[in-house]
Amino acid sequence: MADDIWYNDNHVWATVENNHAYIGISYYAQEELGDILFVELPEVGDRVVQGKSFGEIESAKTISDLIAPLSGKVVEVNNDVINEPSIINEDPLGDGWLIEIETVDAKELKSLLTQEKYEKHIKEVSQ
Amino acid sequence: MKNKPIVEEKSIFEHVSDDGRIHDKIPMADLPAAYVRNDIEGMPDPAEPEVVRHFTRLSYMNYSLDAGMYPLGSCTMKYNPKLMEKAAQYEGFLMLHPMMEQSTTQGILKLIYDTEQYLKMITGMDSFSLQLAAGAHGELAGMLITAKYHRVNKTNKHTILIPDTAHGTNPASASMAGFKVVNIPSGPHGMIEAGMIRPYVNDDTAGIMLTIPNTLGIFEEQIADIAKLIHDAGGLVYVDGANFNALIGKARYSDMGVDIVHLNLHKTFATPHGSGGPGAGVVGVSSFLKEFLPVPVVERKDREFVMSCDLKNTIGRMVGFYGNVGIIVRAYTYMRMLGLDGAKEVSEAAVLNANYIRAVLKNYYNLPYATPTLHEVVFDDKFQNGDGVKTIDIAKRLIDYGFHPPTVYFPLIVHGAIMIEPTETESKDELDRFISAMKSIADEIKHNPEVVINAPHTTPVKRVDEVRAAREPRLVWKR
Repeated sequence: MADDIWYNDNHVWATVENNHAYIGISYYAQEELGDILFVELPEVGDRVVQGKSFGEIESAKTISDLIAPLSGKVVEVNNDVINEPSIINEDPLGDGWLIEIETVDAKELKSLLTQEKYEKHIKEVSQ
Repeated sequence: MKNKPIVEEKSIFEHVSDDGRIHDKIPMADLPAAYVRNDIEGMPDPAEPEVVRHFTRLSYMNYSLDAGMYPLGSCTMKYNPKLMEKAAQYEGFLMLHPMMEQSTTQGILKLIYDTEQYLKMITGMDSFSLQLAAGAHGELAGMLITAKYHRVNKTNKHTILIPDTAHGTNPASASMAGFKVVNIPSGPHGMIEAGMIRPYVNDDTAGIMLTIPNTLGIFEEQIADIAKLIHDAGGLVYVDGANFNALIGKARYSDMGVDIVHLNLHKTFATPHGSGGPGAGVVGVSSFLKEFLPVPVVERKDREFVMSCDLKNTIGRMVGFYGNVGIIVRAYTYMRMLGLDGAKEVSEAAVLNANYIRAVLKNYYNLPYATPTLHEVVFDDKFQNGDGVKTIDIAKRLIDYGFHPPTVYFPLIVHGAIMIEPTETESKDELDRFISAMKSIADEIKHNPEVVINAPHTTPVKRVDEVRAAREPRLVWKR
């Protein structure tokens, strides 16, 4: 995983390398959701759009839309988390990644939050 | 009560011993000899007292309204007077069959007809169908009516607006009826604001689904403006009347501009909350939508009551025959027992009880919305988060104090929601016991949070593995 990690307001992260991005949910998001039961992800070849839902995640508590931090075409889906969603709880930023997309538009990155700004955002929403 | 973990005890089916006991003889059936067996391997062999004790011990572990307060917000778990059960057990009702000649079923038809008249009176709607088998079934009927209305009028509208506080069944029902659902945000005061939904209303808007009062217990004050906005766009206004128990005799949906509404007989009218049924979710409509109601409907022709399928644009049958009639008998009995004045007092007491809890507990638990509420109150766990305690822990600890926990983590817009609905049937003494338990838990969290985090301590099973239950459910018994 790359060092540079970006977040949107909806607690979804992206790491970018060579126009490819890995996407997952934040540590805070998995903690808030609690034990994750099911995750529904797009298929390889589908297009995801920044700010739009690309899937759903269900925990014992609630069900939430996954909001895409960036637009792009899905090139890989993490089947491990579909079969064993608890991986997302255990390692949301690593093995718990959800999808990989390609060709990232650098302009879209600018609208995302840095780690520092995201932490500030969490403080605000949890107050 | 002997609290041996009954979950570790054999189920009756597993009660097969090899110590020489013999199981009960199965009565001889009138079968050809080739099909008769003298013994069945693995036949359970408990004696009668073992069966009785097994189920009696199980029943001790059940928690119900007959045991204590059940403040499960949004579900309206009120105590149902036993009289309703007695009425439903009258032989004349018990022995009814839907295929009986109509001349012999005039009594039940009149009862259905009269129930509809009472529902019309308190909601202001023009017609009702009582055949829907549950609240969500009523929602589906309402959405199918909306869809058919737009199809007949060739309006080409496909979107239903639903606020973010809605019951989860609302978007599900709209989707089942073929609509696209657009989620609309609540305003800062916990209600929908006409100005905020204007950008979502367009040519494709087939209608809106609102819950009044909403799931925060708040009355949608701008309903008249919202209804006008939707009507001007050619859409219909659907209200989920699940919380009508806060409004009986106080406000009518027709006066708010509502076109379709469903009521849950088990919430407002004291019929049983079945474990999946039987239930009833009656649907009321304005006169211009009567022709779309499900059939049959009960009508009065002179002095006779008849079932009629003669509705021009009916959405068809939603159940076989006429739904769960025994439930309608209970609701009718409840209405007759209370009268309109009594029903008003039901709403007043429900609102008073919830506000009593709100007023006392707001110093101990955070109230996310300051807006006045009606029959239920939503707190959150913000005051307790600093001590590492979450809503789920508070809910589990309440079990140790002898109460059923409130609804938690709903509505979704409140982070860590604790949704309390005491209902009108709890006395002040019982409310005070509940309040005292909640205060005591808040105090424990400050001084000894571990006792709350590790709750419950008094139940045979501690916290259940919800992940395994959801992902690897064992739904059948296998040897």
